[in-house]
Amino acid sequence: MQIGIFTVGDVTTDPTNGTTPSEHERIKNTVAIAKKAEEVGLDVFATGEHHNPPFVPSSPTTTLAYIGAQTERIILSTSTTLITTNDPVKIAEDYAALQHLVDGRMDLMLGRGNTAPVYPWFGKDISKAVELTIENYQLLRKLWSEPVVNWEGKFRTPLQGYTSTPAPLDGVAPFVWHGTIRTPEVAELAAFYGDGYFANNIFWPKEHYIRLINFYRQRYAHYGHGTAEQAIVGLGGQFFMRKNSQDAVNEFRPYFDNAPVYGHGPSMEDFTEQTPLTVGSPQQVLERTLAFADYFGDYQRQLFLVDHAGLPLKTVLEQLDLLGEILPTMRAEFDARRPTNVPDAPTHAARVAARDAALTEEVSV
Amino acid sequence: MTRIVALSAGVGEPSTTRLLADRLAAAAGTALGGASIEVVNLRELAHEITDAALTGFAAPRLQHVYDQVGEADALIIVVPTFKASYPGLFKSFVDALDNDALIGKVVLLAATGGTARHSMVIDFALRPLFAYLQSVVVPTGVFASPHDWGSAGEGTLQSRIERAAGEMASLLGGQGSGRSKDDGIDLFSETMLSISQPD
Repeated sequence: MQIGIFTVGDVTTDPTNGTTPSEHERIKNTVAIAKKAEEVGLDVFATGEHHNPPFVPSSPTTTLAYIGAQTERIILSTSTTLITTNDPVKIAEDYAALQHLVDGRMDLMLGRGNTAPVYPWFGKDISKAVELTIENYQLLRKLWSEPVVNWEGKFRTPLQGYTSTPAPLDGVAPFVWHGTIRTPEVAELAAFYGDGYFANNIFWPKEHYIRLINFYRQRYAHYGHGTAEQAIVGLGGQFFMRKNSQDAVNEFRPYFDNAPVYGHGPSMEDFTEQTPLTVGSPQQVLERTLAFADYFGDYQRQLFLVDHAGLPLKTVLEQLDLLGEILPTMRAEFDARRPTNVPDAPTHAARVAARDAALTEEVSV
Repeated sequence: MTRIVALSAGVGEPSTTRLLADRLAAAAGTALGGASIEVVNLRELAHEITDAALTGFAAPRLQHVYDQVGEADALIIVVPTFKASYPGLFKSFVDALDNDALIGKVVLLAATGGTARHSMVIDFALRPLFAYLQSVVVPTGVFASPHDWGSAGEGTLQSRIERAAGEMASLLGGQGSGRSKDDGIDLFSETMLSISQPD
């Protein structure tokens, strides 16, 4: 089980004192948060990708390489890389370059993006978002698996005798997760390629995501990658913790009430009851998170949103300290309940070893 | 044999409104497994419609169309969008109809427009008119902007035409609109199938 954090990189005014970090501060804070995540023992740090205010992470591979240079163990990922509006040729290059720089300590999560105006900014038609997702991803896979590519599609100029550089590290492409909120086609895409499937698990009640994850698991099995239980699933989540649960509730309420996504809407009590948001003690967060596996099946990656809604850096780092305290138990409990035939979360080293084992088997046959 | 009258209120020649009327008529024929379908161009009755607006009665050629409308089991109404609504010519045609001519009649509403920004014309202009006339309006309205004529695949003009025609046939068969919430995931849609066929 890999446990980590993911960020959208929003620049949001702190509702308790009216201060807003500058873009520069937010960018530097993100690096501090990532370094802290490694320090407390987390496995993954993932950054979003946005091209409009009030967000800062427009250049994920730059950010992740910088963090990679200052960390040793933590896996660097995205949440999400826009497969619709980025040129897949550039995604292939950028993420392969990152993979080399950080010695394979990275993967990426693809998504369609949630901001309509971004499409025309990058010359794309939003009404074709799903088709773009499919075609761009099929090309990305080709670029990472074939040394010389001849390709023709609907949405970009054809490629003839094209070689993507650098080639993936050790000949094994970065592992890909497909982030989703609602689209069954994304589940099908993840299942067909045997990739990971990451359910946002933040905005809506669990039933919505259970349906999508079950569908992905069935299709993963259908395409012969393993049994439904062996499919690679990731989940989002969010919490706010204090040692004393009432302190957590009191402290987080103004941030919840003014949060960009759900602020000025449902009460925090209703929202925590109806969605996976947990506001309370570390023990409550631990129990609620472990229950995810009861609903979604044993899964491989859990990412939490901890740095949104204008929470000050100091508070975010405290949240990470508290998460670090329950981390060993959380990991042990997840691993203890996972059947032996359900795989661990993918790492570059494990995937290279699996590839080599498969090659050895071929040779000996 | 089900009798259908399709009214096209387009004034251009050729007319995309007429084109849409023809496609809806064909789809309705298919959905009904055959029907007697008459497509009427209101443009050709423009003078009689104006006369009727002034005299209060329809000249023979126009009366013949009113009779056809009265005897039809269902109507297909297709209008261009002028100044955010249906053309005056169409309204004048409707104004001279008997008050009770369309009570209980199944009516499929469609419109064309010069821009997708006119998309709500069916629901904000046409639908209230036919609510007043006490018709049974097909849930799916079919709006076609210039963009639609060049698109293919799912969720496109042809799929909306077929959906509306299917609802009309179902209403005529006494089965309601024939549609309800579908929780299933369609594994055989064009988009879904393209995923497992990368090259």
